[in-house]
Amino acid sequence: MRDMPTELSPVPWAHTPAAAPVLETRGLGFVAGGRSLIRGIDLGIRPGRRTVIMGANGAGKSLLLRLMHGLIRPTKGEVLWRGAPLDRTARDAQAMVFQRPVMLRRSVRANLRFALSVRGFAGAERAEREMQALEQARLQDLAHRPARVLSGGEQQRLALARALATAPEILFLDEPTASLDPASTKAVEDLVARAHASGVTVVMVTHDLGQARRLADDVIFLHEGTIAEAGPASVLLTAPRSGPARAWIDGRLYLDDRKS
Amino acid sequence: MQSEHGILAAALGLILSGDADLIEIVVLSLRVTLSAVLLSCVIGLPLGAAVGAWRFPGRGLIAVVLNALMGLPPVVVGLAVYLMLSAAGPFGPLRLLYTPSAMIIAQTILVTPIVAALTRQAVEDMDREYSEQFASLGVGPMRRLSALLWDARIGLLTVALAGFGRAVAEVGAVMIVGGNINHVTRVMTTTIALETSKGNLQLALALGVVLLMLALIVNAGVMAVRGVSARAAHA
Amino acid sequence: MYRRSVVRLAAAATLALGLGVQAQAQSDEFIIVQSTTSTQNSGLFDHLLPMFQDKTGIEVRVVAVGTGQAIKNAANGDGDVLFVHAKPAEEKFVSDGDGVVRYDVMYNDFVIVGPADDPAGVSGSSDVTAALTQIAEAGAPFASRGDDSGTHKAELRLWEAAGVDAPASSGEWYRETGSGMGATLNAGTAMGAYIMTDRATWIAFGNKGDYEIAVEGDPRMFNQYGIILVNPEKHPNVKVEAGQTFVDWVISPEGQDAIADYKVDGQQLFFPNAGE
Repeated sequence: MRDMPTELSPVPWAHTPAAAPVLETRGLGFVAGGRSLIRGIDLGIRPGRRTVIMGANGAGKSLLLRLMHGLIRPTKGEVLWRGAPLDRTARDAQAMVFQRPVMLRRSVRANLRFALSVRGFAGAERAEREMQALEQARLQDLAHRPARVLSGGEQQRLALARALATAPEILFLDEPTASLDPASTKAVEDLVARAHASGVTVVMVTHDLGQARRLADDVIFLHEGTIAEAGPASVLLTAPRSGPARAWIDGRLYLDDRKS
Repeated sequence: MQSEHGILAAALGLILSGDADLIEIVVLSLRVTLSAVLLSCVIGLPLGAAVGAWRFPGRGLIAVVLNALMGLPPVVVGLAVYLMLSAAGPFGPLRLLYTPSAMIIAQTILVTPIVAALTRQAVEDMDREYSEQFASLGVGPMRRLSALLWDARIGLLTVALAGFGRAVAEVGAVMIVGGNINHVTRVMTTTIALETSKGNLQLALALGVVLLMLALIVNAGVMAVRGVSARAAHA
Repeated sequence: MYRRSVVRLAAAATLALGLGVQAQAQSDEFIIVQSTTSTQNSGLFDHLLPMFQDKTGIEVRVVAVGTGQAIKNAANGDGDVLFVHAKPAEEKFVSDGDGVVRYDVMYNDFVIVGPADDPAGVSGSSDVTAALTQIAEAGAPFASRGDDSGTHKAELRLWEAAGVDAPASSGEWYRETGSGMGATLNAGTAMGAYIMTDRATWIAFGNKGDYEIAVEGDPRMFNQYGIILVNPEKHPNVKVEAGQTFVDWVISPEGQDAIADYKVDGQQLFFPNAGE
């Protein structure tokens, strides 16, 4: 039996046996250029939940997301997927959408086909998934257009549909609506909500407090590479206990005592 | 010395005459050059893409070497290929010296570094944009290569054109390994060199104009393809 | 999608190379003759070779380079017949075992051409050593091949006979172009230099400007051509039969008459002298 996160874990629900985390980090640390950007993070992501990572610029939100997804190797500690180190199985169970969608220089449909092929889908099933994804993202009419001529909102919908088409268990989102207008934001949030409703675990970085209120089940608040506070959204977003989270949610600039 | 009008008129006259020898020379030039460019692409595109997309020890060194090889002097390449293909050389028994195949080999050696080096740059730039998405999907090394090459295809047309330009204008190497044999290995550039050495400067210049027109036609054709495919698949 | 296009590309390239090989296989019966620019540029081969091919069905492919390079190429076994003009070097080629036998074929002669204003005052001379001495004393520019060709070697022998160390003045009035006869004529006429050239190349040369023949008629300026079958014992690839057929034809009465018949502007360029 593997060790569960210690009692010091700032993720209180990690101990609940009913909801053993699908993804955990153990003493996660990342140092670059002599600076410690992520420091000793232990957390667990519960299945079927929507976890939102928040924090000020430079708190390490995007970096943490990439470490969890395995895009970047930690310099300390480890990331576990279902209790085991990240491997091909973990990769195939995960998907990520970036702030700026990466569109291949191909048609909308070919973008879907590429991702599906990489994940081993072929033949009729792949075609079927392409059609479903086009429908979900409401891009049927644009299926044969070059993906890169789509609007920002359409591109992000395609990126999301592409990620979901591969049937991930967990979906990472790095500020997916940061550069979108309200209507496009709504469309993306709807897609995320539908994915969640169908059982996909969601981990999302956002700056948008309103978005966090709309989407989050759980919130992790990062401050200078460590977890300042973590807990259910209902608690953290209304009555934050830590200084940084309180200051951020109140819209105040938080100044660290150690620095002043 | 003749006026520019005289030269242009002579060039047009050459083309319009439909002279059988000229047609033969033009066809051979195109066949040798296009074969060399095709071969260079077959070798250079995957090679350049591998250096641009994969991370392995010695990668930086290979990139520098490829860039340096773009400046290979044609005469040196011609000489090296001559020594390889000569009856006294290791590949003498193939009996390729003084054949169009020998010219294709020499030009392939000249053009491959150009294709590979420019491909490396194009692929590396694109990989910077794609790498996180590819890592997230779990794209394997071979598919990474093919996907980057395919997505860089429009830029790579220009790369192939750069190779074509080098090959079609090249004279030193094909002269040595082809021998400029009439009706066998005589191409546009060696004909121009020959006519120059005979003092037929106007004819040489007119042939030069024909060569330029040939290059223009090939370039225009490729750019047209490029335009169509850019509209079809690009931003 | 990409993989398919690579396959197509490879197939096309193979096809292209295949065509190259095929075209080369079309006329199986051919020989390669290593020869000089002077014979090629004068048009002599265009006159002779079709006659030979009509008679024997053998195609002759001529690689025209400087005599020095032609001899080196032949010594590598890259050619079946050597047809050049530098008798001492040809004799060495045979004694080294690279050639079978050397036959005299024909001669033409060298001339010295110069600008119409004739700065060294040598025009009309038929004494080549005296003319060269005058050119050197006047410091008038002289363009030399400088490429170890037959013409270059002949020119150096004449300077030696004149007692002038011309190469010592290289870069001053004595200018070595390091290139073929045509290129040297192009460069030399542009710089107003005297140039020694074979008469055949000069007559056929199309960029004479105001140049005229200044020195001619000295027996020391005769330019003897020889023909040699490359030695199959040393170079097993040599096409002995076809090569020997060509050599035999060139020195036969028929071949010799064909050489004598070749005229440009009504002038005979080469004088057959095989077997004399």
